Amino acid sequence: MLEARHVGLSYGATRALSDVSLRIDRGGSVALMGASGSGKSSLLHCLAGVVVPDEGEVVVGGIELTGLSDRDRSRLRLERMGVVFQFGDLVPELTLLENVMLPLQLLGHRSGPARARGLDLLGVLGIAELANSSTGAVSGGQAQRAAVARAMIHEPAMVLADEPTGALDSINAEAILDALVAMTTSTGTTLLVVTHDNLVASHLQTMVTMHDGSILSPAAGAPA
Amino acid sequence: MRLAGLRCRVPESCIHRSSPARVAPWVYLWSIVLKVSSTEAVLALLEPEPAYGYTLKHQYDRWFGRKRPLGFGQVYSTLSRLERKGWIAQSQVQAGHGPERRLYEITADGVTAIDGWVGTPQAPDLFATSSLYARVTVALLSGRDAGQVLAGQRKVHLERMRELQASRRQAQGPDLLAITYELTHLDADLRWIEESGTRLTSMTGEDGGAIDA
Repeated sequence: MLEARHVGLSYGATRALSDVSLRIDRGGSVALMGASGSGKSSLLHCLAGVVVPDEGEVVVGGIELTGLSDRDRSRLRLERMGVVFQFGDLVPELTLLENVMLPLQLLGHRSGPARARGLDLLGVLGIAELANSSTGAVSGGQAQRAAVARAMIHEPAMVLADEPTGALDSINAEAILDALVAMTTSTGTTLLVVTHDNLVASHLQTMVTMHDGSILSPAAGAPA
Repeated sequence: MRLAGLRCRVPESCIHRSSPARVAPWVYLWSIVLKVSSTEAVLALLEPEPAYGYTLKHQYDRWFGRKRPLGFGQVYSTLSRLERKGWIAQSQVQAGHGPERRLYEITADGVTAIDGWVGTPQAPDLFATSSLYARVTVALLSGRDAGQVLAGQRKVHLERMRELQASRRQAQGPDLLAITYELTHLDADLRWIEESGTRLTSMTGEDGGAIDA
């Protein structure tokens, strides 16, 4: 379960989040929508433990994030979360497979099983033949598939995706979302996708809309 | 309450003031529709004050029928239908040299029917928005909550899009094209709904209660 309780956040004089409460049950999928500047990315950063809110609490799988040190929050993020960004953010010095294996290697897994698992996931996503390609040699859609594999390889409890298809054409976007939804559904992984696109939102069970740092609807992750 | 070209004689109890708005004339340019439900639209035109069929035909054409003006025959068949339903009544009949002139007025049941029509989201088929325009326009003209009309339709659209996404994952060939065609159009509707929601905020005057056109 992922939960924000009365979260508030300011950047200097700018109020980014005001009294935001949101709960996503295990296995649920939520689209976090809103215009640019509405606070959706700030909320995502708080839920991921990248930013500590000024007020309120963030609870991830029963652990209150705001009380943890930076190091412990990083560890919890590594163990329990997968993250997908708009542009994939793969490490350019590594191949696609090495990028996908990264979370398992950081968690201390042996490279043999990590490699096998990575190849398996790349196969599921239809790009096994690109495993040894450099990130610069593949298309945006292929790089984003690798980013999805990297987010899922360590079987996280939740995947947080920030505009994961924002840089893709509609056919590639559809394929990425289908893959994300299918993989998270089959593993019971909670999925939160930040988007401003209704077509993206329609892939997910629930939609939450933000405006001026507050949640407009629904109040706490109820079906929308 | 002021409506475009109309002086309101509706009893105060029949006037909805849940979200009064003051709207500039240009608002109605984009509110004019290609095709709407003439029955409900004609009924809504009788809400501000009683009117003759001739007047209703011209008001309908102004607000709803730019590309599809209503024929006089359609006006009178619609009025007969509304009268049978008990939503309007003849308040006055003037005899003269030509045909009798009948003045029609809305009944309390008629006002309730408009409430239901404006407030009930439609099945989100491909042409839902043309009638959505009409419901939003009537909401704006009558002081009902146009934002609620948009929000209700948005919810229904999203539910339909989720259904379509689930079907798309199994679909192939022409079925797939049909589903993505509908999805794309619903997405366009939603963008219009969201944009209109934003515009509604700027249309609402501080004094409230009055609509000019």
